[in-house]
Amino acid sequence: MTSHDHSHLTETEARVRALESLLSEKGYIDSAAVDEIVQTYETKIGPQNGAHVVAKSWTDPAFREWLETDSTAAIHSLGYTSRQGEHIEAVFNSDATHHLVVCTLCSCYPWSVLGLPPSWYKSPPFRSKAVIDPRGVLEDFGISMPATTKIEVHDSTSEMRYLVIPQRPAGTQGWSSEDLAQLVTRNSMIGTGFARTPKVSS
Amino acid sequence: MTHPDLTALPDMALENDEPVFREPWEAQAFAMVIDLHQHGVFDWSEWADFLSKEVHSGLERPYYQHWLCALEKIVAAKKLTSAEDLHQRQKDWHAAAAATPHGAPIVLGAR
Repeated sequence: MTSHDHSHLTETEARVRALESLLSEKGYIDSAAVDEIVQTYETKIGPQNGAHVVAKSWTDPAFREWLETDSTAAIHSLGYTSRQGEHIEAVFNSDATHHLVVCTLCSCYPWSVLGLPPSWYKSPPFRSKAVIDPRGVLEDFGISMPATTKIEVHDSTSEMRYLVIPQRPAGTQGWSSEDLAQLVTRNSMIGTGFARTPKVSS
Repeated sequence: MTHPDLTALPDMALENDEPVFREPWEAQAFAMVIDLHQHGVFDWSEWADFLSKEVHSGLERPYYQHWLCALEKIVAAKKLTSAEDLHQRQKDWHAAAAATPHGAPIVLGAR
């Protein structure tokens, strides 16, 4: 075979395949489980889980109270359990306080409710700037916060993750939890955005 | 090996963001770490330490390259496989690729 008609693996691909084949032969990983994890993160776990939590907190006062006192248990009650067993704390945005989540250490992220982090979350500029200049970070995301709003930055760890509960948009009285969930963006649950405001239909 | 459409990740309101995994190997490397942890090979905080060391190594690498380096190091630290075996296996995969017609699945041991 000439070099043009055979396959080629990059160094990186060969490293991953070497790990995968050796570790599964030795029984440390299960290839089917690895494929399933990929599938799960592709299709089942994503920001829609967090949006469900947020919408429920907007419509169900008892749930909101539970979320305030024991976020981890309240979130688990909806079926969003963490594989890593860390705690999740819900932090509530208001006119007085806006919460922003970062992981300065590496990339700790509330996977069970938000899926995998977007690449900007993992980038060095975001990780360092969020702590030093949170207002500037929000401006990078197109948000200018009034000076009267305090910005609280939460640094995630392997034991503690944060979920921002954005403010419920105006003009959504009487909306169902399902419809409200559609307004909850991923960024609004990291604190780099707001929930969408409903389109006014004329 | 299947190649799922990783750009189809459910990221609602994904304004102008790139996909979470850019290539299948990134998803594989990610999932291996989750599975090793589920098998009790390491604590999640141990993994966070290994990953953090790579992320803070000062080397400019794409994120999942950090992830992969950390995975290789934790596997070595836990003595799950020797560096020689890993190196040999990488060569085996390159050899298998070279013996596989373009477009066919690459299988270890192909000649």
